[in-house]
Amino acid sequence: MEDLIQLSYAVDTFYFLVMGALVMFMAPGFAMLEAGMVRSKNTSEILTKNVALFAISCVMYLLVGYAIMYGGGGMLIGAENTVDEVLASGGEVYYSARSDFFFQVVFVATAMSIISGAVAERMKLWSFLLFAVVMTGFIYPLQGSWSWGGGFLSEAGFVDFAGSGIVHMCGAAAALAGVLLLGPRQGKYGPNGEINAIQGSNMPLATLGMFILWFGWFGFNGGSELKLSNIDEANAVAQVFVNTNMAAAGGLIAALILARIMFGKADLTMALNGALAGLVSITAEPLSGTNVESMLIGAVGGLLVVLSIVALDKMRIDDPVGAISVHGTCGIWGLMAVLITTEGATLTGQLTGLGVILGFTFAAALVVWFVIKMIFGIRLSDEDQLIGADTAEIGIAAYPEFSK
Amino acid sequence: MKLITAIIKPFKLDDVREALSEVGVQGMTVTEVKGFGRQKGHTELYRGAEYVVDFLPKVKIEAAIDDALQDQVIEAISKSANTGKVGDGKIFVTALEEAVRIRTGETGPGAV
Repeated sequence: MEDLIQLSYAVDTFYFLVMGALVMFMAPGFAMLEAGMVRSKNTSEILTKNVALFAISCVMYLLVGYAIMYGGGGMLIGAENTVDEVLASGGEVYYSARSDFFFQVVFVATAMSIISGAVAERMKLWSFLLFAVVMTGFIYPLQGSWSWGGGFLSEAGFVDFAGSGIVHMCGAAAALAGVLLLGPRQGKYGPNGEINAIQGSNMPLATLGMFILWFGWFGFNGGSELKLSNIDEANAVAQVFVNTNMAAAGGLIAALILARIMFGKADLTMALNGALAGLVSITAEPLSGTNVESMLIGAVGGLLVVLSIVALDKMRIDDPVGAISVHGTCGIWGLMAVLITTEGATLTGQLTGLGVILGFTFAAALVVWFVIKMIFGIRLSDEDQLIGADTAEIGIAAYPEFSK
Repeated sequence: MKLITAIIKPFKLDDVREALSEVGVQGMTVTEVKGFGRQKGHTELYRGAEYVVDFLPKVKIEAAIDDALQDQVIEAISKSANTGKVGDGKIFVTALEEAVRIRTGETGPGAV
């Protein structure tokens, strides 16, 4: 029996770490997606934001975030499990404390990555990074503690398996608050109600980024089962993998067809957003639904994301990569879709979680963005936007041979 | 001598080059250009927002020829670049005062 406990502890910890590493790979996914969707003159800057926010997320979550979210009793992670503790728990403690931290920290970075896309091409680098410190150290961990940390939202019956609300909608709410204070990119909207298209510079990179995110999502949802080492758990993880995959497929196809119907041509960027929309939509409950149900939930997400992107544009909310629609609109849909697939989930529970996370994150982020705006400013001047954030902020062009 | 300037659809370049070689044109200069005529531009959608493509990609061919070749050259280009659709392009003929082959110093028709 002791050998079995030792073995399953090792297997579950290994599974947890590998899933965490998959989620870490979503960071380059976001970086490539965003690099492809911005103009070439802003590419080095968006990449700098992406690498820096990942590092900041890791540092802030280690120093304060993890303790706030999971009550480690003070700062840092707390002690590692000893062999005696694990054996005495009889299987209750089944993975390493460090592996739990590692798995959680890459989720923080994901939430923060969402924001960089929405504010792309016009936000000051250092103001953004300052916001990242507050978001990853305090705002995200605090709202996360209310559900995953065993707080009042989990007691209210709020169900969010891998974070449609806690990670994605949270990131989107903070992004929306930032965008409202930041304003649209220079030249995006004309004085007479014109909505101008500003094309992304690199569709191959955007496509690669989407596929990397799709790949990383197997860790995001698959790892959130938290355990693998018996038949039931192994089946559950496999079910989560298949459901996650089907939701992305459903989302992509739905968005591609709707874009063709609405715009007359098959807009690739909408197909990319559609796959991600499907993934966000299934993240709140990738286990309970059947494979076909998951595909349909993803497909609804794919339809919603196209409509949401067009609607936000009409409202003059400029989001170069569609992050608010993908993670916000579909995050909300994902939380509601739980009611279709999960017995015991209640409308009250879901709406409570939705309202609390959305309201708190939006309000807290709005205050933080506002303070940063007052002290340092958040918006690049029109002139800096014209010459590009690469020249204005970084001094290194992404594609110097094109701009010679 | 004449300088023939032809603006054509880019995918017709190979056909036109072949047709000109057949009637005895010895050399030409090709430039990738953008512009519009009656075809005008057209609008496209990116993520639901409209943008206008004002200038369409074209290829400009320049060839210096002997006066005697003019009619044949015009016919060769007209036939080989024709798709029957708007945007096929134009041919301009200008008088050419002098031509010099740099290597040998030859001038006049012998230099083209």
